[in-house]
Amino acid sequence: MSLLDDHVVTGTGLVDEDTGRGRFRVHRCAMTAPEVLNRELAEIFNRCWLYVGHTSEVTEPGDYVRRSVGGRPVFMVRARKSGQVKVFHNTCPHRGAVVCRADTGNTKIFQCFYHAWTFDTEGRLTGMPGRDAYEGGADFAELSLREVARVEEYRGFVFACYDPEAVDLVTYLGQAREYLDLVVDAMGEPEIVAGSNQYSINANWKLLVENSIDGYHGPSTHDTYIKYIVSQGTDIRSGAGGGNAGYDLGNGHGVIEYGAPWGRPIAKWDPLFGENARPGMEQTAQDLARRFGESRGHAMTHTNRNLLIFPNLVINDIMAVTVRTLMPTAAGHVEVNAWQLAPRDEAEDVRAQRLDSFLTFLGPGGFATPDDLEALESCQQGFASGGVEWSDISRGMGRDRAKHDDEEQIRAFWRQWQAVVEGSAR
Amino acid sequence: MSVMTESAAAGLHAVGRAEVEDLLFHEAELLDRWDLDEWLDLYTEDASYVVPANDLPGGESGRDMVLIDDNRVRMVARVTRLKSRKAHREYPHSNTSHQVSNVRLAPVADGELPVKAEFTVWRFRNGREDCYVGHYRMRLVLSSGQLRIRSKRCVLAMSTLRSAGDVAIIL
Ligand code: FES
Ligand SMILES: [Fe+2]
Repeated sequence: MSLLDDHVVTGTGLVDEDTGRGRFRVHRCAMTAPEVLNRELAEIFNRCWLYVGHTSEVTEPGDYVRRSVGGRPVFMVRARKSGQVKVFHNTCPHRGAVVCRADTGNTKIFQCFYHAWTFDTEGRLTGMPGRDAYEGGADFAELSLREVARVEEYRGFVFACYDPEAVDLVTYLGQAREYLDLVVDAMGEPEIVAGSNQYSINANWKLLVENSIDGYHGPSTHDTYIKYIVSQGTDIRSGAGGGNAGYDLGNGHGVIEYGAPWGRPIAKWDPLFGENARPGMEQTAQDLARRFGESRGHAMTHTNRNLLIFPNLVINDIMAVTVRTLMPTAAGHVEVNAWQLAPRDEAEDVRAQRLDSFLTFLGPGGFATPDDLEALESCQQGFASGGVEWSDISRGMGRDRAKHDDEEQIRAFWRQWQAVVEGSAR
Repeated sequence: MSVMTESAAAGLHAVGRAEVEDLLFHEAELLDRWDLDEWLDLYTEDASYVVPANDLPGGESGRDMVLIDDNRVRMVARVTRLKSRKAHREYPHSNTSHQVSNVRLAPVADGELPVKAEFTVWRFRNGREDCYVGHYRMRLVLSSGQLRIRSKRCVLAMSTLRSAGDVAIIL
C-alpha cells in the first residue's frame, strides 16, 4: 500500500520535516489527489480568512463588486444607510437565484430577477410581489440577504471567513501585518487600478503559492525578462546587498525581502521612469525616511517583498504591486485573479511606468508570467510520471537566517497547510 | 500637411477591402509561420500593439491595467524573446492558426485608414488547445507606397483569460 492510499483521506503525513537531516519534503499526492482537495475545501477554504476586495473598489454608497471567494459567489457592497462594507452570499433567500449579476456597479437596490424580490444595500428584504400569499405574513428579517459569517477589514483589505468561530482578522494576520503596513504606508492612500487579470493554470494551486514567494527561480525562468530590462537601461546589480531574507511569519504566512534589482515606482528611480520623474521620486524617498525612519523608509522604497497571506492571497510589492488570489477548481487546476494596487495621488509619469512594469512582468501578456505558467504546468505534468514520490523543499534549512532565494517562506506555508488539513491547527 | 503625406493620403483613399485583406491574411500567415522579423516589417516605426484587459475592453494604457501595450521597441523585444530558447511558454513554439474575417474599412481620417476585423486565434501545444476570440481595430497608412500597420488593438471577446491562460503568442 502506498502512502497515497494511507494518508490522502486523512490528510496526514504529507509534509515531512526532518530538522536533524536538514530535509523538508512534501508528498506529491498533496498536489494530485482529489481527496486532498476535498480536505482543503473543508479545512482551509471554509475556515480561513480569505481576501474579498479592497475598500477603494466600493467608495460610494451603493457601489458593489461581485466576487468568487473560496469558490463561492459573493458580493461586496458599500451599504447606503450604514456606510459599512458588507459581503453577502450571492444567492436569493427565496429559492436560490444569484442576486447580483453584474461584476461591478452602483445601485439602490438588488432585485432578484426570478420572482422579483427586492433587497436594499443593507441586505434587508424590502419587497416582493404578492406578499398577501404568505399566511401570517412573510418574515422579512429571516428572508433577507445572508451576510458571510465574518467580514473584517485591515487597512483597506477586506477579508471574509465562512467560519463563525474563527479568530479575528488582526490575530490571524499576526506578523504579516507589518508587511502589509509597509505597502500601505509607502502609498499613503492605495487604490485598486481599473482592470484585472483573470486567468488559470493547469496545475495545483499550491504550486502557485510556492512560485509567488520563490526567490530562487528568477534568473533561470525569467531570463528573457531580465535581458529585456537590462536592454532598457536597468542596472540589475542595483539591488545587491539589500538584506536578502526569507521568513516564516507564523500562521502559514511567509515573506521574502530583497534589494530591488530594478526600479520601484514609489521612490527607486530607474532610467525607465525618465529623467522628469527623478527629482519627485528622490524627494518621496527622503519624505518617507523622515516620516518612518531611515530603515523602514528604505524598506518601503528600495526593498522588494513577496508576501503570502495564508492560504491564498499573494501581495507582491516588486516593480509594481499585485494583489493576487488563487482558487483551485480541481487538484490540477487553479483560477487566478490579479489586481493592481497603486497610490491614489501618484504622479502621471510614475503611474504610467508602474502600469507598464506590471504588465511586462506580472501580467499574463508580459515577458515573465507566461513562463511561470509553463513551469507550474510542467511540474504538474512531471508528477504524473511517478517514480518520485516527494518534492524537496529543503533549500537553506541549515542556515541561521534563510535568504530570499532559500525556501523557508515556502516551508512556512507547508507547515501550516499540514496542520490545518489534518485538523491539528484547531 | 506636406506634399508627401497629401499624396499618401490620396493613395490611401484608393485602397480597397481586397488589399486590406491581403495585408491581414499575410500577417496571419507570417505569425503562423513564426516569421516574426518579417512580421515586424508590416508595422511602421511609430507602431503600437495593444491588448486591453478582458474586463476593460476600453482600457487605456497609462491609466488602466491592460494585457499588452507595446510600442515598436517592445514589439522588437517581444520578437527577440519569442525567438530565444528561454521564452519557456513558447519554446518549442506552439502551432497557431490566425483566422481573420468580417473585414470592414472606415473612411480615411487624418491620413490613416481605420480597419475593423474579427479574429480567432488557435494555439496548440503540449496537449493544450487554446482559442482567442475578439476583434482587431487597426489603423493603416501608406509608407513608401506600401500599406503598413500603424496600430493594432486586439479587443478580446472572452470575458476572462481562464480558457487561454496567458497571451504569450502574438494575436
Ligand atoms: S429566487 Fe429570487 S425571488 Fe425567487
Ligand atoms: Fe516567476
